[in-house]
Amino acid sequence: MATEAHGGAAAEHAVGMPQLDVTTWPNQIFWLLVTLVVIYLVLTRIALPRIGAVLSERRGTITNDLTAAEELKQKAVEAERAYNDALARARADAAKIVAEARAEIQKDLAAATAQADVEISAKAAQSEARIGEIRAGAVAAVTEVALDTAHELVAALGGTADAQAVSAAVSARLKG
Amino acid sequence: MAEGGFAIHPMDQFVVKPLFGGEHVEWYTITNVTLWLGIAVLAIIALMVIGTRGRAVIPSRSQSIAELLYGFIHNMVEEVTGHEGVKYFPYVMTLFMFVLVANLLGLIPMSFTTTSHVAVTVTLALLVFFGVTLLGLVKKGPAFLAMFWVSSAPLALRPVLAIIEVISYFVRPVSHSIRLAGNLMAGHAVIKVFAGFASMAVISPVAIGAVSAIYALELLVAVVQAYVFTILTCVYLKDAVGDAHH
Repeated sequence: MATEAHGGAAAEHAVGMPQLDVTTWPNQIFWLLVTLVVIYLVLTRIALPRIGAVLSERRGTITNDLTAAEELKQKAVEAERAYNDALARARADAAKIVAEARAEIQKDLAAATAQADVEISAKAAQSEARIGEIRAGAVAAVTEVALDTAHELVAALGGTADAQAVSAAVSARLKG
Repeated sequence: MAEGGFAIHPMDQFVVKPLFGGEHVEWYTITNVTLWLGIAVLAIIALMVIGTRGRAVIPSRSQSIAELLYGFIHNMVEEVTGHEGVKYFPYVMTLFMFVLVANLLGLIPMSFTTTSHVAVTVTLALLVFFGVTLLGLVKKGPAFLAMFWVSSAPLALRPVLAIIEVISYFVRPVSHSIRLAGNLMAGHAVIKVFAGFASMAVISPVAIGAVSAIYALELLVAVVQAYVFTILTCVYLKDAVGDAHH
């Protein structure tokens, strides 16, 4: 019956389910097996080894790249540490130089101050001496003026001045 | 089925016919089945061989797809069957690629869906069934039969469970094959029915919308059924090569 249905109507329209027409089964099964064998050979001979190789190669590449990246990162960390070290050293050097410069300046300043002090005290001594002279001069002048004045006073009052007695009296008076 | 100008022949798309004339389909006749099986082979070669010819570390688009499929099935085999099962990966991959590509090719309008035929899916399921059974018997010997003897159940229940287990074991190829063929056949027949309705002006917008929607669904079904077929194959394979613990 199936054969009849197939021979008659199948070419035009399906009668019932074509899937159940067992006359076509050997054909389908035969060609399916051929297909499967071809696919299997293509996959196992060419495709799967190739893809497997590519995948493992990629895994290797990625692993290598990660390792390289890790190394580079390590290097970067080292470089940063070296930079920081250099910076710290530079800072310490700078501080030392500043301290030295400051000490130098301090020393110069102290020397200059000392010299200035010496000069000032020399000048002060000179001035002192000069003031002493002036004062002495002034005292002499005052004595002379007092002596003269005393002489004149005595003369004006009508006495005769004993020069010796007047000068003794004036100097006694000046001391007092 | 012909009703005047309004004719729907949802099953016509499944008819096996010789390509180069002749009435009878002998086992060697080149038919539309042969054609679409051949196209499936060419599609697989295009994707898996030509698509990967660059062998690039940074893959091209087609190479990415091939690698994705490879990784997907490889992981599935490894996860489901364990480390022992990985050496059967090429067989599983062959089945998966064939079912996936045949399902997807079937969605091209006017094409022939080889995997909607029970003859094809039964052959695939029986290959898996016999392959797994023989492999199990060869690798484990009589211990393979211990999987029917549920040692965790009470002793009195074990013979009953053994019968159920044996039946379920032999039903496997049936469900394995009918699931695939049935899903595809039903979906494609429904598309054809709605496409037939599209010839009626009144409901044609609805029908075309439905065809589009079902087409999208069928795209999902095509991929999911290929996945289901493959993962069931892996589950069966696990009985033969994995550590039996049930």
